[in-house]
Order: sequence, then structure tokens, then C-alpha cells
Amino acid sequence: MSTVAPVVQPAQPTTPEGPDFEFVKSWKVTIALSIFTVLGFLLLVVFGRDGTSTMRLSTSSDLIQLPDVELPTRVTGIVITVLLLLITGVSVWLVRAKAKAPIWLIAVYAVLVLIGFLAWAAADKSIPVPGLLFGSLSLAVPLIFGALGGVISERVGVVNIAIEGQLLAGAFTSAMVASLTHQPLLGLLAAMLAGVLVSMVLAAFAIKYFVDQVIVGVVLNVLVIGLTGFLYSQVMAPNAALLNQPPRFERINIPLLSEIPIIGPVFFRQTLIVYIMYVAVAVVFYGIFHTKWGLRLRSVGEHPQAADTVGINVASTRFWNVSIAGAIVGLGGAYFTLGSVGAFGKEMTAGAGFIALAAVIFGRWDPIRATLAALLFGFASNLQNVLSIIGSPVPSEFMLMLPYLVTIFAVAGLVGQSRGPAASGKPYIKS
Amino acid sequence: MSTTQGPGTGTGTATSPAGEPSRWDRMFREITTGSAIISVLAVVLALVVGAVMIAFTNENVQASAGYFFSRPGDTLAAIWNAVSGAYSALFQGSVYNFRRPSFAAGIKPLTETLTFATPLIMAGLGVALGFRVGMFNIGGRGQMLIAAALGGWVGFAVDLPYGLHMIVALVVGILGGALWGGIVGLLKARTGAHEVITTIMLNYVAFYLVSYLLRDGFLKTPGSNNPKSPATKVTAVFPDLLGPNYILHFGFILAILATIFTWWLLSRSNLGFQFRAVGLNPHAARVAGISVKRMYVYAMMLSGGLVGLAGINQVLGTTTSGFGAGLDSGIGFDAITVALLGRSKPWGVFWAGILFGAFKAGGFSMQAAEGVPIDIVLVVQSLIVLFIAAPPLVRAIFRLPVPGATRRKTQVNVPQEVAAK
Repeated sequence: MSTVAPVVQPAQPTTPEGPDFEFVKSWKVTIALSIFTVLGFLLLVVFGRDGTSTMRLSTSSDLIQLPDVELPTRVTGIVITVLLLLITGVSVWLVRAKAKAPIWLIAVYAVLVLIGFLAWAAADKSIPVPGLLFGSLSLAVPLIFGALGGVISERVGVVNIAIEGQLLAGAFTSAMVASLTHQPLLGLLAAMLAGVLVSMVLAAFAIKYFVDQVIVGVVLNVLVIGLTGFLYSQVMAPNAALLNQPPRFERINIPLLSEIPIIGPVFFRQTLIVYIMYVAVAVVFYGIFHTKWGLRLRSVGEHPQAADTVGINVASTRFWNVSIAGAIVGLGGAYFTLGSVGAFGKEMTAGAGFIALAAVIFGRWDPIRATLAALLFGFASNLQNVLSIIGSPVPSEFMLMLPYLVTIFAVAGLVGQSRGPAASGKPYIKS
Repeated sequence: MSTTQGPGTGTGTATSPAGEPSRWDRMFREITTGSAIISVLAVVLALVVGAVMIAFTNENVQASAGYFFSRPGDTLAAIWNAVSGAYSALFQGSVYNFRRPSFAAGIKPLTETLTFATPLIMAGLGVALGFRVGMFNIGGRGQMLIAAALGGWVGFAVDLPYGLHMIVALVVGILGGALWGGIVGLLKARTGAHEVITTIMLNYVAFYLVSYLLRDGFLKTPGSNNPKSPATKVTAVFPDLLGPNYILHFGFILAILATIFTWWLLSRSNLGFQFRAVGLNPHAARVAGISVKRMYVYAMMLSGGLVGLAGINQVLGTTTSGFGAGLDSGIGFDAITVALLGRSKPWGVFWAGILFGAFKAGGFSMQAAEGVPIDIVLVVQSLIVLFIAAPPLVRAIFRLPVPGATRRKTQVNVPQEVAAK
């Protein structure tokens, strides 16, 4: 499930992006920006609202108190729309000049859209910005772990549809072990083991028995949902006091860093799992692109024959790296039970694994980009929570729909033909 | 895996220039090698694993295991009771209930099985069709919901004569599913957007859209705060096949027709040929003059239409008293497993759907009669698919001989079973 069919361009799927791509005029970005600009104009100007939108930038416990930012809603909308129009114009000019719209331009555009929308939704209300961001990060943590595991696994050539299953297995075992031992750290370890176990089944079937990796992934998800559901109803629920009351990780405030306005409360007043996540993102990124391990991993995923020729054991490289990926995803599962919710529930991951998979593809198999994509999903889901609290003018269902619509637009307009590791999903049969 | 190739394949004739069979060819051969015996053994193995789970979590077994060494017979008896009780409840809930007085009453579970199987077959066919074109349709949920919303609206809001009403609702529903699937195909063809992402996202979009429509839109029941649609009008409801005593309805006939249609489409029609060509190798298909993009759109529309049929089947046949946003009840995802078990072949999907329908029907009665959570059914189902997909494993467990001569003698390092025909 990695490469999109390379039908649109004539090159072989294994050809790296060559010069023949660079000068193809692509209007996709411009079209996407235009659509959003028109939508922005309709929402912010035509259906603009009067009032003042307040953005609260500090929580009451902060050392450095920032003043609230008050934006006149209608004027903000008009200013933002004009800016959006400008950026769209720049992108038209760029395409005409045969240049690609730089990523920062799109980022600025996205931020503007966001500010405009927030200001519009919060007319005469106030939005707690740190709370919004904090919740986004919390929702994104399991997605990020899942996406990291997905990236490693796909980079080494094994499609990981089983992220959902690994998350769920991690959540279940961590709840059980942590409840039994009263040690959240042991729960974390158990979650990693559970993720590894699911991964090993995936790897064994995919690498030893050459079963289609998508089949194994889908089936493993069902298997884990069934197993955890069965054990939950049969064993865990009747003995909930003993087996399903895991101690949760305490929040740790990092001195100094946690006092930085806005950023501090969001990023540095978190639990241990979140700090592990920061490290994991950095390590995976550095590992994949700057170490021997990563080079081997990528070579096995891109061209296993070549890797084999230079003496890399393809099967074992794949097996162990998929297992590592499972351990990372398992940590994300533990976050459900030891970090956020505090107890295991049937199918509690609720499709997070699939969103993580989307983040992998959205992030083009790059750990940092996948992390950003996961953060975007987290933000979008939390935006709805916050807006439903302050009372949004739109029906809540449409707010809930928004992240997914944005993703579709983004994938269609901005990412387009994402292209995964060439050999991802293909079993390697040594000849 | 490259999405240009989906799981399951039909012909298995494609070979790469090197003369080495493609992986689909290999998989196909692997699947067909002694497939009957492997399939039976896979089911047996899965049931054994299920039995172990039932036994281990059974209270009586745990109690008697405490004094296993003094009276092992007690433990064994407890295990036997737990397992046989559960599985006989599963059988009696899905095929034939011996406790009922007459044949007419005893056979009732089988009709329930077929009713549960109906949407699974329909949606499974849709997913399988996608696989054959190399596309992974995880969007069953969304397609079912949109189909049910549009077709269901025709079913309760429009006044038409008996028969015609049903047909119109059916067609509108199928079109709804086709529309929702078509969006995915169009996005993939026009922008290259990955169908795995778009189908997942459209699932959520459809869910919230239908939730909104049920709460405050044209699907809302007037004067009710319950997010549920009005009941389908009698003129649009599927007729019962075996009279009012049985729940089996006309939908099952539709499932058979859909299976025949899909079979005809894939193996007898020009379009199906192009579909399969794209699924086997899109580059070759493009060189041969097939418009691959157009095939993606058509395939997703047909796939969505078939899944949509499952959605409208639920509204007009199974739950005619009005539907909520949870109408798909996991069928969209189960359909993937059904399609995989059926190896993406129409009749394979048909039988796989019936097997899964039996598990579903039996699972409920097992839960009710023996207190075994229905989740065990998921475990058994997934293990069956897993074992069937890996015949070497099954052969190794049962120490079956490796049949046939190896086809590719050059591949000395491959475990023998894999290359075996």
C-alpha cells in the first residue's frame, strides 16, 4: 500500500525523481489554494460575523502572563482573505514562471486559514490557545508513534496495515501489566513487547511465507480486535479492580522550558511517554537518514536485490526492523491506557491506526513529515472539541468532518502522487 | 505493496520478462495448491485455537485446574463441556437447531445465516472488485452509509407503487455508493491521491454527514429527537423469501445476482478484462492502450456500487424500522476479510460471505447461550484467513507432504514449500 500507481508519468516506478518532473507545470497547488481562498472569502467576508474574537495565550498557572489578543472578527476576516488571495496570486505567478510553490508559502497559507477560521468561529468568545494546542498534542501522541512505526516498517519494505492492531495490543497489555504490578514503566515495556509480537507475526507471514502483506495486516487488525475484546470481556472486565486500573504517568514539568509562553505548557508539561515520543521522532529521523542502520534499512526497502548483492541479509533486516517498528507503535498504545484514558476499553483505539497510516502516506514516508501530519490530525480533532465547548456556529458534525475533508484536499491538491519505498509490499525471494 | 497490484488475482498468467512468474501468479498457484484440504485444515486449526481460548478463560476449567494433579478428569471434563457447549451453540445458532420440534423451526438459524451473509457478500464483492483492479477499498463504511441515506430517503419519503418503489430505492442507493466510491477513483485518477487515505477519510465524512442528516436534515424523523430515520414504507421493503416466519428476504437473491454479475463482469466482459489487466500490471495495460485512469474511476464506481447495494440491503431488507448512523455495523470492514478469504473471486467471496454470516449468526447465540463473548468469532475468522493465506504453515503443522515438483529450480534458497505447485 505504498506507492501510488505510477501510471500518470511514464517513468518506471524505481526511477528516482528525475529532471523530467521538475519542469512539469502543475496547477494542482494553485487550484487547491484557489478553492480554499474562495471558501475563505465566502466564510470570512460574505458570511462574516461581527464581534471581537479573543485568543487567550496564557493559562493561569503560567509564570509569564501574556495578554489576551483581541481581534475584531470582521476586519480580521477581510485582512486574512486579502492575504490568502495574495498568496494564491503568487502561486499562479510561480507556476507561470515554472517554479514550484515553496513549502513555507503553503505553510503560511495554512496558518492564515487557521487564524481566520478560529477568529470567525470565536466571534465574541475566547479561545484558550494553549489548551487547544495541548489537547492536539495529546490526541496526536499515539498517531505519531503509529506513524513512526509505519515509516520504519514501510521503509524496510513491509507494509504495515497492522498499526491499529499494534496500538490496541499495546494498550491492552500495558493496562493489564501496569495494573498487576502497579508499575507504569513495566506497562510501557509490556506494550512494546505486545507491539513486537504483533509485528513478528506480520513479519513472519510476510517474509517467511510470502503472504501478501496487506492481507496479513488487515487480518492481524481483526485478530487483535477479537483477542483483546474476548480477553477484555472474559478476563479483564470481571476483575477490573485487579486488572484494569493501571497507575497513570504523572506529568513532569521540565524546569525553565515549561515556563516559556505558549510552547512551555504545551510541550514541556507532559508525561514521560510524550518525552519518549520527542526522543523517538529525533532518533528515528536521525537513524533512518544518517546512520548505517538507516542506510541498510532504506536499501532493503528500495532495492532488495542490490542490498542482497552487497551482503545485507534482506530477510533478517526486514524482520528485526519490523519488530522495532512494532515496539514503537506499542508505546503509542500504552499512551491510551497509561497516558490519557487510564483504563482499557474495547476497541479503544477507534481507528487511530488507520489515521496513523494516512499520516505515513501524507508525510511521504518521512518521519518528520509524518509526525507533522499526525499533529495536524490531532489538531483538527481537538479543534472540534474546543469549538464545541465555546459554542460553534456550525453544526458539530461538520466540525468533526473538517479534518478529514482537509486531509482529502491536502492529499489531492498538495501531496498528490505520493510515492513510497519502491520495494515496499513486495516479498523478496532470494534467487 | 504497490497499489497497482492488489491482493488476489484471477488468471495468474502474467510473467515478468525474466520468465519468472509474478508474485500474483505465485500466490495464485500457492492458494490453489491443494486448496480444499488446506482450507479445511485452516478452519480446523482456527477452531482449535478458538477452543483453547474458550477453555482457558472458562471459570469451571480454571476452578478444576486448581486440583488438576489430584483429579485430572475434572479438568478435562470441564474443558470438554466449555468447548463443546460453545461450538454446538455456534452450530445450532447458524445452521440447524436440533432442540426445536420441527424441521421448519430447526432450519431457522440457517436462514439467519443467509440473512447475515447477504450484505457481507455484496460488500465483499465490491472490495474484491477493487482488489482485482489493484485498489484497496477500505471505504465500505462510507459507501454503505451514503447508499443507505439516499436509497433510504427514497424508501421512506417518496410515494410509489409497490415494486417500482423498491427498484427506485435500490437504484438510488447503488448510485449513492457508486458516487462515494467514484469520488475516490476520480481523485486517484486525476490527482494520484492514494485511495487508502481517501477511502478512510470519506468514511468519516460520510459518517458525520449522515449523523447530521439524521439529527437535523432530511433523514430526521419528524417530532423525534432520536437520531434515527423514519421506517421504510411497505411498498419499498424487500419481500420475504420464505414467508413471514423467516427473516430471509429478497436481498439474498440480489446477492446471488450480484455475484453472477461480478463473475460475468470480471471473466466475460471487455471491461473486466481491462480491469484485470490494470490490476496485474498497470504499465503493461497502459502500453496495451487501456486507459488506466478511466479504469480506476470505473472500478471504484462499480466497487462502491456493490458496497452500496449492501447498504441499501440493510435499509430495505434487514432493519426496515429506520436506521441510524451505525447502520454499517462493521460490515464495511468485515467485507475486506470476506474478499480476502474469497481470494477476490466472485464465487469465492460468495461462500466466504456465507461462512462469515454463519459465524455472525452463531456467534450471537453462542454469546447468549454459553456466555462466550462474540469477539471469539473475530479471532477464528481472522485465523482462518491467515492460515489459508499461508499453506506452508498449515502443511508444516499437520506434517503434510509437500506436493508436486518445484517449478523454479533456480531458487535454491527458497523454502521448498513456497515454490511448490
